[in-house]
Amino acid sequence: MRTKWLIGLVLALLLTGCTGSDSGKNDGSVTLRFQSLAWQEESVAANQQLVKEWNATHPDVKVEYVQGSWDSVHDQLLTSFEGGEAPDIIHDASDDLADFAYGGYLADLTDLLPARLKSDIPQRSWETATFGDGIYGVPFLQEPRVLIANATWLKESGVRIPTPDKPWSWTEFRRITGELGGDGTYGIAWPLKEPVSATLNLSLSAGGQLFHRSADGKVTIRFEKGDEVVPRTVHDQANTDHSASPTTLGSSGSDTLPGFFGGKYAMVPLGFSYRQQIVQQAPKGFDWQVLPAPAGADGLSQGVSPQTLSVAEDSPHKKEAVEFIDYLLQPKNMVRLALGDWMLPTGTQALKAPALHTTENGWATGTALAAHLRSAPAQSVRGYPEWKDKVATPAFQEYYSGAIGLDELRARLEKDGNLVLARYQR
Amino acid sequence: MRTSTTGRVGQYVALLAYLVFLAFPFLWLISIAFKSPRELGSLHPTWIPRDPTLDNFRQAFDEQPLLRAAGNSLLAALGAAVIAVLIATPLAYVMARRRTLLARAATGWVVVSQAFPLVLVIIPLFLVLKNLRLINSLFGLVLVYVVWALPFALWMLVGYVRAVPEELEEAAAVDGAGRLRTLVSVTAPLLAPGIVATALFAFITAWNEFFFALVLLKTPEKQTLPVVLTHFIGAEGVADLGPLAAAAFLATLPSLVVFALIQRRITSGMLAGAVKS
Repeated sequence: MRTKWLIGLVLALLLTGCTGSDSGKNDGSVTLRFQSLAWQEESVAANQQLVKEWNATHPDVKVEYVQGSWDSVHDQLLTSFEGGEAPDIIHDASDDLADFAYGGYLADLTDLLPARLKSDIPQRSWETATFGDGIYGVPFLQEPRVLIANATWLKESGVRIPTPDKPWSWTEFRRITGELGGDGTYGIAWPLKEPVSATLNLSLSAGGQLFHRSADGKVTIRFEKGDEVVPRTVHDQANTDHSASPTTLGSSGSDTLPGFFGGKYAMVPLGFSYRQQIVQQAPKGFDWQVLPAPAGADGLSQGVSPQTLSVAEDSPHKKEAVEFIDYLLQPKNMVRLALGDWMLPTGTQALKAPALHTTENGWATGTALAAHLRSAPAQSVRGYPEWKDKVATPAFQEYYSGAIGLDELRARLEKDGNLVLARYQR
Repeated sequence: MRTSTTGRVGQYVALLAYLVFLAFPFLWLISIAFKSPRELGSLHPTWIPRDPTLDNFRQAFDEQPLLRAAGNSLLAALGAAVIAVLIATPLAYVMARRRTLLARAATGWVVVSQAFPLVLVIIPLFLVLKNLRLINSLFGLVLVYVVWALPFALWMLVGYVRAVPEELEEAAAVDGAGRLRTLVSVTAPLLAPGIVATALFAFITAWNEFFFALVLLKTPEKQTLPVVLTHFIGAEGVADLGPLAAAAFLATLPSLVVFALIQRRITSGMLAGAVKS
């Protein structure tokens, strides 16, 4: 008897309480769905507060905050686009947009963007979200790769401390990591579980380009002198000088932090936003500082894939969606988002905010690098994800571990890589 | 046959090692859930948190609607379990008792259907559900879970039905019981442990399922627990480890409670499936 009652209750709940919620509004007001990928406590709070403030001042255009996840955003968006159920405003990273932009899923914002927003964000940032002739996202947050260093260790060693004005060259960097290590400790720990984007983005400083676009728009891979500098430095640190820990080559950034706090490594190259984890997890009294990544022939340049806000092509309210994006990215709001995510804003006005120029937690060093950030070399190259997974990742991993030499690395990146790209460019 | 003392000790050691192997991830999860961020960053982690804290649980509940998500998961999982069992039980009976070509073909199809990868079916399924206006609906999700669980549930139940001797049903018929009476009074009680085990399988499958819930549910109010758990993971796999562990620990509790409550029934159900008439 009890079983029958239970089954009846469950069925009744399912039939009454769980049916679809698509309720249209008849009062003329518009509701936009904003899928945010903010995930850190302060960042989620900043986003939700901004949505609340918008809703309080815009009764006719309500924004509904929807929490997305970095871990699954590509698959989730793809099915949503295919099914015509995508959110109106989409938060993503610029290197994930190419397929969606070329596939016609995202709206071209070129004629929708207000002049204020367009002029506030530098052209080099717009290039990260430009595919063909259209702009398919507004780049708003970005992070350079920096060196997080054990300040006490560096001070005691007496090495020259680099600044954005006088950074280390790659040669100097290799020499100094050699001086810092010894007795079971290392000058540096490279977390290269995902070696491709880190290597390519840092290689811009040495003039590395790897992907070369010809006049007809076709892209080919050439691994030239400038492309060799960063991979060779990492390889030699790990295999020749033994100044880099060989075990962290397969680790993520988070995995290297306990060893860094425990005094095993003097420095760890990490994304700028990792400072939040370091502030949370570092033992009391642990003195750390942010240093610029080494510079090469092209100075401090490095590639980034900024976080972006896009509008779905199927959205019936593109104009309102762009108005909301413009509101969200007002300079003072962009600063709030940047502080919440421990990243740098792309907007030139926001970058002037005093809160981003304090020496506390290395903000000033990171902000000084903003002008050197460029579009990541590969993000507009069709076929890049396949090249990265099937060719470049295993090739770099084998090279860094010492299993293959530089010639073999070059041969695999170019020969196998160009075969992959050719399939996408027929 | 007598087992030597050494052999018995070896068996216990092997059993203990196996239990430790099974329990390790869960115990480590509990350990992390109660550690402070500073302890999580330690080079020398300990099993017992040196400075246990509930902050991870507080933060997890502050940041994400865990209770609402747990309620959605519970509704979806219970719904899937009940409906799957209601459909699978009579079908399994027919497949087990009627050895026709159709029953054999159905069994074959059940096996083959397990080979389809999720990505192959998700977009057509999405479009079908959209046409039925069942996107962003827990009822739509329950239907998907039922369809997904049904083949394996059928497979399990066919085994249980075959374990019930047909002679018992024949004896009931000789004693004058009708077909329905025989099924309700004789077969169903013997099948109960198998039905419970099958329902539990469907429940756990739905409770843990992530991908369908991710793509089919759009609004935060409808999202299930596995989807909400991913909100603690950032770009490039960086995770807010403490709150994630706290939330994941809470997410495992319902499964453990359900298992604990009906463990005896499952065990007897499994044994029933193993006995030949």
